[in-house]
Amino acid sequence: MAQAKARDPKLLDPALKAKGRRPYFHHDPAVDKVLAIAMALAAELSVTRERLDTVERILAAKGVMRQDEIDAWRPDDDAKNARAALRNDYVRRVLRIIQQELDDLEQMKAEDEYQRVVRELSEG
Amino acid sequence: MAKEMVGPPPWTDVGRHGVFPDGTHDEIARFNFLASLNVHIQTKVFPGNRLAYEKRVLPRFQAEHGREPQTRHELRPYMEDDGYWQTWSSLRRSYMEMRQENGRAMVLRQIDELNAKARALNEGDPNLELDPDLEVPRYLTGVDTHCMPGSYYTEVTDDDVSAAANYDCGIFATTGGLLGRYNDGGGRAMVAWIRANAPDLRPTRILDMGCGLGHNTVPLAKLFPEAEIIALDVAAPMLRYGHATAKSMGVTNIRFIQENCERTRFPDGHFDLIVTAQFWHETSRKALPALLREIHRLMAPGGLHLSLEQPHYRGMPAYDALIRDWDAHYNNEPFWTTLHDMNMVDEMVKAGFRPEDCFETTFVGQIERDFAKDDGMDGGKDFGRGGQWYGFGSRKAA
Repeated sequence: MAQAKARDPKLLDPALKAKGRRPYFHHDPAVDKVLAIAMALAAELSVTRERLDTVERILAAKGVMRQDEIDAWRPDDDAKNARAALRNDYVRRVLRIIQQELDDLEQMKAEDEYQRVVRELSEG
Repeated sequence: MAKEMVGPPPWTDVGRHGVFPDGTHDEIARFNFLASLNVHIQTKVFPGNRLAYEKRVLPRFQAEHGREPQTRHELRPYMEDDGYWQTWSSLRRSYMEMRQENGRAMVLRQIDELNAKARALNEGDPNLELDPDLEVPRYLTGVDTHCMPGSYYTEVTDDDVSAAANYDCGIFATTGGLLGRYNDGGGRAMVAWIRANAPDLRPTRILDMGCGLGHNTVPLAKLFPEAEIIALDVAAPMLRYGHATAKSMGVTNIRFIQENCERTRFPDGHFDLIVTAQFWHETSRKALPALLREIHRLMAPGGLHLSLEQPHYRGMPAYDALIRDWDAHYNNEPFWTTLHDMNMVDEMVKAGFRPEDCFETTFVGQIERDFAKDDGMDGGKDFGRGGQWYGFGSRKAA
């Protein structure tokens, strides 16, 4: 039997790039990149939701719980607080980039104020 | 299916045959998302392009030129400057890449099992004939056709079928299921055409040029079970997968042969039916006349040639031609734009057919309504996803 063909790991990479120029459409290619990232995340969220739906249906089929129990479920105070904290943290992480810009602006303002103080104190 | 379907069919409804890949829960869910995303892009996002054209792009063009655009070429830079077109195009390109990535992830994970399944069906069968020395033509090696990494022909390992399995497991998402359970809508549309337009046709030898994974060959093989069918392609993974698939479905009258269709081994007048499906736009300006001459040479007196393609741009408004030309510029279909400016009747005449023996036609899509619903993916037009197709063909006097 002939020797087995050596496998090129690049060809086994699902994300291998297709040969040919990759077009970008927006005036700033960064927009295409961000949109592509957002769609990939949308895909993964959809996958997670579908998986959760599968779990709920299996649990319901096994009689562990009914699906309407999820809609009827209400958190107690501890759960409310824990979940609110999770959501706050989640929103903060998602919008981190905007917070960074805000932080930059605040730093610039602080720098301006410092320079004003320097000027004031240098005036005779 | 009892209930009316919402959206495209899920991956689990796609037809299974002997070498079809298995899916994990998340691979399947990813394909389901992609199918829904694609239907949304084509039915909900896409129509905004016409509005952007009418409300923004056309007025700007008219203000600068004092007239409407006459060709897609002069319209393109204006449309490319519009934010709506940009977003739609960006989404569509991202869809294409994600679909490829998911199909490859699914297939490459089980490449050894798939190759073994195909090998078990193919080994020693004279209906599969490969030529390892065949040179893949430049029109397929230049870029990876429709963003399919590695294209049709790349072999990752021995006896590889992965390129074909990737094509097969994901095309339902790109077409919204309109091609049917077994993605054979093109072949079934040709069968319907033959029944309506050539009901007396009883071919003994049929040739399918550029058969790919044979999904459009199988309906013809079923229509003419007594006929010998030769399915040619240059890509070994397609032929291995195609033969194994057909055989696992009980179709054994197709011989899959790796050969360049520009110069086949068969004698003059050997075939009384010659077909191509979605073939010409993946060839070249140089290859096309040679391929048509080969069809003319191979056709028996009284024979018929049928080609199922995307529509040409002759007489088409600039905007419509621009939309249809999207794949040429942004989805690695390098010959698409040249082909659709050509007159295939003229080309067939140049290849030796008499003008009165050449024709253009329409193939009506045969949607399997218990599998997928026609939710306007093609808007009643021939975008090639399953509604209808442009066709041309030729005959030879008996």
